[in-house]
Amino acid sequence: MTTTVDPSEIAKFEAMAAEWWDPNGKFKPLHMLNPCRLDYITTQIAEEFDRDLGTERPFEGLHILDIGCGGGLLCEPMARLGATVVGVDAAERNIPVAQAHARQSGLEIDYRHTTAEDLAATGAAFDAVLNMEVVEHVADPAAYLAACCALLKPGGLHICSTINRNPKSFAMAIVGAEYVMRWLPKGTHEWSKFITPDELFALIEGAGMQPVDRKGFQFNPVTWQWRLSDRDLSVNYVTAALKPGA
Amino acid sequence: MDNPAPRAIVRGMEHDSDILIAGGGLNGLTLALAAAQAGLSSTVVDALPEAAARATNFDGRAYALALASQRMLARLGLWEALRADAQPMLDIKVTDGRVGDSAVFLGLHFDHAEIEEGPMGFMVEDRYLRRALLSAVEAEARVTLLSGTRIAGQEVLPQGATVTLEDGRGLSARVLIGADGRSSGTAQRAGITRTGWGYGQTALVCAIAHELPHNGVAHQFFMPPGPLAILPLTGNRSSIVWSEREGFAQEINALSDEKYLQVLRPRFGDFLGEISLAGERFTYPLGLTLANSWTADRLALVGDAAHGMHPIAGQGLNAGLRDIAALAHVWHHAARRGEDIASPQVLGRYAEWRRFDTATLAAGTDLFNRLYSNDNPLLRMGRDLGMAAVNRLPGLRRAFIREAAGLNGDLPDLMRA
Repeated sequence: MTTTVDPSEIAKFEAMAAEWWDPNGKFKPLHMLNPCRLDYITTQIAEEFDRDLGTERPFEGLHILDIGCGGGLLCEPMARLGATVVGVDAAERNIPVAQAHARQSGLEIDYRHTTAEDLAATGAAFDAVLNMEVVEHVADPAAYLAACCALLKPGGLHICSTINRNPKSFAMAIVGAEYVMRWLPKGTHEWSKFITPDELFALIEGAGMQPVDRKGFQFNPVTWQWRLSDRDLSVNYVTAALKPGA
Repeated sequence: MDNPAPRAIVRGMEHDSDILIAGGGLNGLTLALAAAQAGLSSTVVDALPEAAARATNFDGRAYALALASQRMLARLGLWEALRADAQPMLDIKVTDGRVGDSAVFLGLHFDHAEIEEGPMGFMVEDRYLRRALLSAVEAEARVTLLSGTRIAGQEVLPQGATVTLEDGRGLSARVLIGADGRSSGTAQRAGITRTGWGYGQTALVCAIAHELPHNGVAHQFFMPPGPLAILPLTGNRSSIVWSEREGFAQEINALSDEKYLQVLRPRFGDFLGEISLAGERFTYPLGLTLANSWTADRLALVGDAAHGMHPIAGQGLNAGLRDIAALAHVWHHAARRGEDIASPQVLGRYAEWRRFDTATLAAGTDLFNRLYSNDNPLLRMGRDLGMAAVNRLPGLRRAFIREAAGLNGDLPDLMRA
């Protein structure tokens, strides 16, 4: 990066980064879910690429793309584990914020204001694509997932999480998270855009990838923690798929 | 663990180690070893010169390590060096007594045979524990110990924490840990306030040699001025922890050894035969002091720095070890996920885990002490009935034994069998 950036701008972005990374701030629900998401992502990547998470920088040499990177909540852990990371976000304002925080963390991450489709058009390809809580917000999931597949090297790993569509997910994700708990701004989610696990598997296959795993993110209201569940995919869930041809 | 040496050098910010630990007492050194096992490097700063820390004469101090704490020391590779000098506690007998009464009225009896895990704990002398820790730290490449120096100042930046030593040297790390005791300078410098109160009581601590064997039995007598514990050491020796009203305790402590023993003898009768002093005598004012926050930016407190407790149940060191096991557990999992070990998310997980446990324990020992340090006949009758009730209910008794062994609650990895 060149150093022509206005220092007052940097201070502003650092303040916004602090907001993104405040565990009790605006993004509290994301911070609560994050350890669980990271457990899934790191385990899947370690398994697929035969890495030992007990070692220093186990993801060294892996190229990872995070779509919808926001403040860098997934990019930074991946970079800390040694991966070469690109984070993209369609919201331009998130880019300098994520950059400011990565600088403070002493991490090198390539953040770009672009979309999956535009990045795919450049011919970029990655070992793993993280596609977390994005697919329920896009206009054309099939075209979007095709772009995700194009962004993978042959044998690459696609991890995608989203929200199921059923009465319980309506109660939890919309009534609960947006209206009762006020975790998310009203209108964050449109229930009709939610996707069932079977629909998502069909979409992933249609985009040219082979689904290999799915798990639920289950919220425990007593311990106030999320955990991975093999059976309960009724609200938030995550999937892993491979691009054939390694 | 045979990981390659950790690289604390993160691009952009070079640290001396991952963790800076203020205080090289039992908690500080144990934390450094537990962190090393999780692949993290630490620098420990301790005010005591190393020669003093290595002194091997018996000064009379000893700890009642709960079974969970013993497991943790074993996991950290310390137990082999301690085993020969550790005395298993096979039984705990709780008695409600009065000075001069022959204290043989056994109100409560906890026998380790009632739980399958083994003895409830072990008595380990301070000198052996320190020696084992210092040797392990010396052999551990991930730990640097700076003895005989103090921290003069500390600063927390978004990139890390730095401290300035009194000789002007500067050190930096990702996170700063206060393991510097109940008047923690680390906590004070971070602006963390404390809540607490004194009990107007002082603990008198000494070791005795006695004529008859103790058979591995620990005794707790509840006397009106305060509790008295007889904890078995190896051979025909025991550690005595005995509470008296502040002024009276000072008077007792000023007495000659022989007169001191004359005051002590009638407090627990003659079931151990003739007794004599087997080490130095210590006094500790009793009080509860809890840090109002367990963490600050890039900073966390462990042990007495977070919670100085009434030592009524010998829970001070055990609670500190549980803090360390929980912090190491949280760090181990955070590091595998690629999380920043100093982030408020990660440190918050540790604080949440331990804060509730400790507040409950502190309130429990406080209440226990208030209830038992009392000669009110109604309270005496009430607690005697309570003891008898606990004694007749095996389920409840087992729950107490498991609690004494430190096996209740959500156990960190290091304390699991």
